[in-house]
Order: sequence, then C-alpha cells, then structure tokens
Amino acid sequence: MSRLPRSPIIEMADGAGGKASRRLVEGTIVPLLGDAWKGTLADSAVLDIGPGRLAMTTDAFVVRPLRFPGGSIGELAVNGTVNDLAMAGAGPVALVAALVIEEGTAVETVEAELRALGEAAGRAGVPVVGGDTKVVEHGKGDGLYVSTTGLGRVLEGVALGPDRVREGDRVLLSGPIGDHGITILLARGEVDLEADLRSDSRPVWPLVRPLLEEDPGAVRWLRDPTRGGVASALNELARDRGLAVVLEEAAIPVREPVRGACELLGLDPLHVANEGQFLAVVAPGAADRLLDRLRSIPGGEGAAIVGTLREGPARAVLAETPYGGTRIVDLLEGDPLPRIC
Amino acid sequence: MCLAIPGRIVSLDPDEPGEATAEIGGVRRRVNVDLLREEGVGPGDWILVHVGFALSKVGEEEAREQLRLLAMLGEDGVPEPDPGGGEGGDPDATY
Amino acid sequence: MRHIDVYRNSDLIAGLLGRIRRQVDPARTYRIMEVCGGHTHAFHRFGLPDLLPSNVELIHGPGCPVCVLPRGRIDQGLAMAEEPGVILTAFGDMMRVPGTLGSPLRARASGRDVRAVYSPIDALRLAEANPDRRVVFFAIGFETTAPATALTVLLARRKRVENVSVFCNHVRIVPALEALLAPPGAGLDGMIGPGHVSTVIGSLAYEFIPRDHGIPVVVSGFEPLDLLQAVLLLIERINEGRADLVNAYRRAVPDGGNAAALAAMDRVFEERDSFEWRGLGRIPWSALRLREEFADLDAERWFPPPDAGDGAPDDSPCGRVLRGLMRPTSCPLFGGECSPEHPIGALMVSSEGACAAYHAYRRGEPAAT
Ligand code: SF4
Repeated sequence: MSRLPRSPIIEMADGAGGKASRRLVEGTIVPLLGDAWKGTLADSAVLDIGPGRLAMTTDAFVVRPLRFPGGSIGELAVNGTVNDLAMAGAGPVALVAALVIEEGTAVETVEAELRALGEAAGRAGVPVVGGDTKVVEHGKGDGLYVSTTGLGRVLEGVALGPDRVREGDRVLLSGPIGDHGITILLARGEVDLEADLRSDSRPVWPLVRPLLEEDPGAVRWLRDPTRGGVASALNELARDRGLAVVLEEAAIPVREPVRGACELLGLDPLHVANEGQFLAVVAPGAADRLLDRLRSIPGGEGAAIVGTLREGPARAVLAETPYGGTRIVDLLEGDPLPRIC
Repeated sequence: MCLAIPGRIVSLDPDEPGEATAEIGGVRRRVNVDLLREEGVGPGDWILVHVGFALSKVGEEEAREQLRLLAMLGEDGVPEPDPGGGEGGDPDATY
Repeated sequence: MRHIDVYRNSDLIAGLLGRIRRQVDPARTYRIMEVCGGHTHAFHRFGLPDLLPSNVELIHGPGCPVCVLPRGRIDQGLAMAEEPGVILTAFGDMMRVPGTLGSPLRARASGRDVRAVYSPIDALRLAEANPDRRVVFFAIGFETTAPATALTVLLARRKRVENVSVFCNHVRIVPALEALLAPPGAGLDGMIGPGHVSTVIGSLAYEFIPRDHGIPVVVSGFEPLDLLQAVLLLIERINEGRADLVNAYRRAVPDGGNAAALAAMDRVFEERDSFEWRGLGRIPWSALRLREEFADLDAERWFPPPDAGDGAPDDSPCGRVLRGLMRPTSCPLFGGECSPEHPIGALMVSSEGACAAYHAYRRGEPAAT
C-alpha cells in the first residue's frame, strides 16, 4: 500500500515541506508505522492522560550500520526511549519521533526503519502520536538519524533516585552484558570478526514493572547501562551517592562470544553498551525475592545479583575476583577502541 | 606489551595459502598462519593470535606440564585441572 | 575458554599465594620488574598486587610500545594525516595518545581521516578498497608486532598494492633492557620476562641478564597463575641468590623463538643506528626501519620527517616512571594535571601504561615512594 515517492532515493524536496514532503509523510511514513500511529498530522498531539506523575525523556539515535543482527535504528529509537522512561518507574504513554534523512538515502532503507519503529512501538505498547521529517544534504549525515521523545506515567508508590540508596543494598542485573556493543562493533566490519551474537535491544518495562509492583519501596534506583556500559552507570551512582559499589566479578553474566571478543580486542565487558538490560539497586532483605521474581519473567532468566553497596572507598566501583583480589572499575574514556597492547 | 590470545584453527583457506579461520572464544576471524608454516598447522590446532597473525602453537603437553607443577606448588591437594577447563559455549558463562 | 580459564582457577591461585607468603623473607624487600606493560595491566586487572606480601615490590618496565614513543614521532604521524588523500591507520592503542599538538582522535575530530585498525592486514585491505587514497599504517610495537608488519609489507609487494605505506616505529626489546640495566640500573632483584615478544625472539634472548647483571629472569604468560608462578620462582631464586633464566611460558614460547618470524623481519627491516625512546633517551640499534628495497612502501620516504629530539634521557616524571625509578602515584601530576581525560604522558593513556593502570585500578591508594 505504500505509494513510493517517484524516486528510489530520498531527495531534498522530500523534506522541503511541499508536495513531495506531504507525499512522503502521508504516503510512506504514516502507513508504515501501522497500528502504532495514533497521530493526527496536526502541529501538536493532544493527550488525555488523567492524574498521576509523568515522566518525559528524549533521545537522539545515531548508529552505524543502521541495521545489525538483532535490531536497527528504528527499533532502537523506540526501545531506548521507553527504557529511559522505565528507569524512572514509568510505563510509556506516548512517543513522538523525528527523522533526519540524508539526501540520497534509499527510500527502501527509510521504509524499513519506519516499519521497524512501528513494530517496536507495537511491542512496547506505546502509540506514536506525532513526528517530523527533515532532509539534509548528501554527505551531511549517516543515512538516517532518529530522535524520539517519550511520555510515561510513573507507577504509584515508586520513588527512585541515588538519595534512596543505602549501604548494604544489593545490585541486580537483568541479564548478560555487552551483546549490543559487541554486535555493533562486529557489524561495522572494521575488526573483521564474526560471532553468533545479536543486539539485546528490547523494551525492559515488562521486566521492570513486575518488580516495582512486587515491592515498590524496595526498588531504590534503576539505570539502563547503555553507552559506557555497567561501569559508567555504577560509577555515576557511586559518585552521586558517595558510596562504593562492589561487584562480584564472577557473578556478572557475560556470553562466550562477548567475552571472546573482549579478550581478543582488549576490552572490558563492563564498558560495553547494552540496549536491553537494566541495573536495579534493591533493599538487601528483598533482593533474593526480587531476583526470583525477575527470573520468573520471560526474558529475565539470566538475571543475577552482582554486587553490594558499601561505605567505602567512597565514590568508587570495585570488582572483586573469586580469589579475593580487587580492582577499581573506572569510567571509560570515550568509545571502546580495540587495542593490541 | 602485546595482547595475544589462544584460538583454535577451524579451517585453512584453500585459495589463500597462509590464511586460516580461527575461533577465539566464540568469535571467528581470518588469521594469517604463515609464520607457522615450518611447524605446520591444521584444523583443531591451538595457536596464539596477535594482531591477526599466529605467533606460535599452544603446546598442549607443555600446558599440562605447567598445570601439574602449579597444582603441586600450591601443596593444597588441588586436583590438577585440564587446560580446557571452563571451555564449552555455555551461554551463561560468567567472566 | 580453553587455555585461559584454567589459569584463573581460584583454588590454584590461593594455593600459590600461600606458597609465596611462606617463601618470602620478611627481613628483606623484593624488587621485581615486570618488563611488559601487558603484565602491569594483567597484575592490576586481576587484583593481584594487593594479595602479594607488601615487601614484594612490583616495578613497571618500559615494555609499552606506546609509552616509549617520543611525542615527536606522534607529531610526524599526524603530519602525514594532513597530506591530501591520506588515510592514517593506527592501532586503537594509539588513538588517544597525545603528541605535542593533540592525539590521533583529536586529528580525526578536526576532519583528518584517521582510523583504528586491529591488524596491519586491515590497513592493506583498506588500501585495496580505496585505490584513489593513500593509506599510511602507523606501525608500533616490539618484535611481537613487527613480523605482522613485515608480512603485510611482503603481501603488499606481492599483490602490487602501491597506495599503502608503513610509518615504522617498531622497536627492539633487548637494547631497551640493556639500556635500563646499564649502571646505575634500577636496583632490581629479579625480572619477569615479557611473554609474547618471546614467542618471536625466544626466551634465550634474555640469557645476558643473569649472566651480565646477576639477576634471575622468568619469562611468563599473562594469566593470574602465570604471573604468580613467575613471582614465586623469582622469590625462590632471590632467596637462594641464584641468577638464572627460566622459561615458565613454555606452552607458547619456544626457547629459540620463531625462525620464520625472524626471517620475515630480517627480509623487510634493518636496524636504525639509533632511535629515541621516551624516558630512556637515544638507544643504539634499538629500532627498525624498512630496507631500501621497500622504500616505495616507507611512509618516512613518502613524507620525509623533520629531524626531532635531542637524544638526552628525559628527566620528566614519565621518564623516571618508565625507567622504574618512580611509582606513578609519586608523580606530582598524577591524577591532577595528568589524568586519562587530560593526559600529559602516554603512560596515562595507553592501556599498558603504568599510570593508566594505577589510575584505573588503584586510584586512591596512598602515594608510595
Ligand atoms: S602521571 Fe602523567 S606526567 Fe606523571 S609520569 Fe604518569 S603520564 Fe607522566
């Protein structure tokens, strides 16, 4: 049903606001979003959302290549934003999306990403209520950038934040780390490695919500360890809260190919990005129960308790080896770069 | 000073002599095995890979020997492990 | 993973640590140098220094190819990236290393085409894929990495790829060790011999150390058990006053090295009569360059560099750390003016640099002397 614009590639006119633009939006974008589209094409979406606290977040997505095993930019743009909402204890209510398309990009590519975006929104149960499209000159973008803004409703009784974290609290991790970052690294083809690995991109609200409902007071802090990985997320917590996070290295789930690639390229899985995992700091007394709950949910089987909040050394993240050694887990400077030394 | 890691040769490239595919902890990469042509390598052999080149063969006998020695040095009656300990694509393997 | 996990076996590690504790003589100190930056990194990554008795002092050596590279060479490499049509390729290790005018990453941010590669072969493939560009490979590394560059050069020649060249900064480990051990020396009691470079040059290359300098050397692998075994063997030897050479990494290191690798290096490279090392100054016969026969693949002949460096061993803090005369935490700049975000020396950026290892893994430790 998608009426193609006359050219197989996107042209400047498609974003100029005239006829071609309209054809792109009405003829291609809206139909491809499918059932997820609940917008009106007016300048603003008007939502009736009832009482309660709202969470709002925005994120810009740039990824090369646009498609990779287990996901694509269109899908990431939904999951990334609904996951940010989930980390505030909020279920997604509505999403708006903006596309910045590079002139010369195949219409097919844009169509595929719109379809992916629509499907991901469907899976996450969030309507897309508005959007915008711009075209930039050839050579001024990586094919396609997507930005999404999400609105969510915070679950009642939930109070999250570093100030709620106490010494003795436990750190829960939802599953194996590093799948996304290593998948992207390999998909770029620059290191000439192959592995049976897929991005972990997924909405995590279906995993987070039951935990919050089980015991809203026991969940104190949530974070999705995207860029910079688990190390960055926990370092931020340690710094904000002035405590130490002590990880039990052997408890951290890492799949074999991620480990192999990290050994080979000299990377630390704790620095590698994830798009479908989350960290939760929970009250010590509730930790085992919440872990069992998480593991009972499809997609939560790989969860583990990986660490504990301690008083010192303040503002640091440490990893303990099974034989009693410790090391500081630092923030990563920039992107992980393969090393040979 | 140089990161090198053990991998297993999966196959030799029939078209490009000296090139092989090696598997390194669940990851595959083309590896140049030209530096081992005198000793000869084939599928199943373990090699030490550095920047895409095989520098040496990993000796199973020497590995076993070292582990035997290490188990003895500890004096704690720890059973001597096999060099393959921990191998096997367990998806939930920890690190 | 086979040949990895078993060397991280907790029970064996505990057993070995117990043995080490029983063997050390509390009345003395053991100054042990790990020559190789990879060993420094591994010691810290596995949290081992805290587990060793406090009178076992680990001293970091010059075995970090990035750290010993003088800033002038980085500037030269970056100048090549300024030339029209050039793609400068380098190992990821180099990307954050500061020259006097910034790092390769900074050059990339300001529009130069600078790319990280995992293998010199990847640089060659890049040249083949971009026939209208000129690809320069910023080659660094000891004899471990030099054979890979040599084979790549030979392959480029065989395939008649003309738009690739090598900016050769390969260095040799033995002349560096000789310079380090020459009087006054660093007051060492023993040395952990580098593992992977020895797969190429062979463990016998270090025979001169016990013979001429009277200290034991144990060539070691990079896993916790390898490192602890090396420490134990050294302590036993130091206690007995025995200076000899042990190859404790037999599973990978043949005593005589890799003849094919040495031959490939010899075919492609010749020794420079002298080369400047950061911290160690000029060392004769310590580095390699492409032979005349491969001049067309030599980036230094594509873009002749200005002469740089006065050759004096530099007395900057970096130089003192590199020579094992000072701990990173004793550097007045450590963690303040010099940090991974704003590195002053390469020691702070290279993953193998002693300062980076201390900063990443041991921040907050009281400054020791
Ligand atoms: S802290 Fe910085 S300036 Fe001091 S020795 Fe280390 S790298 Fe050099």
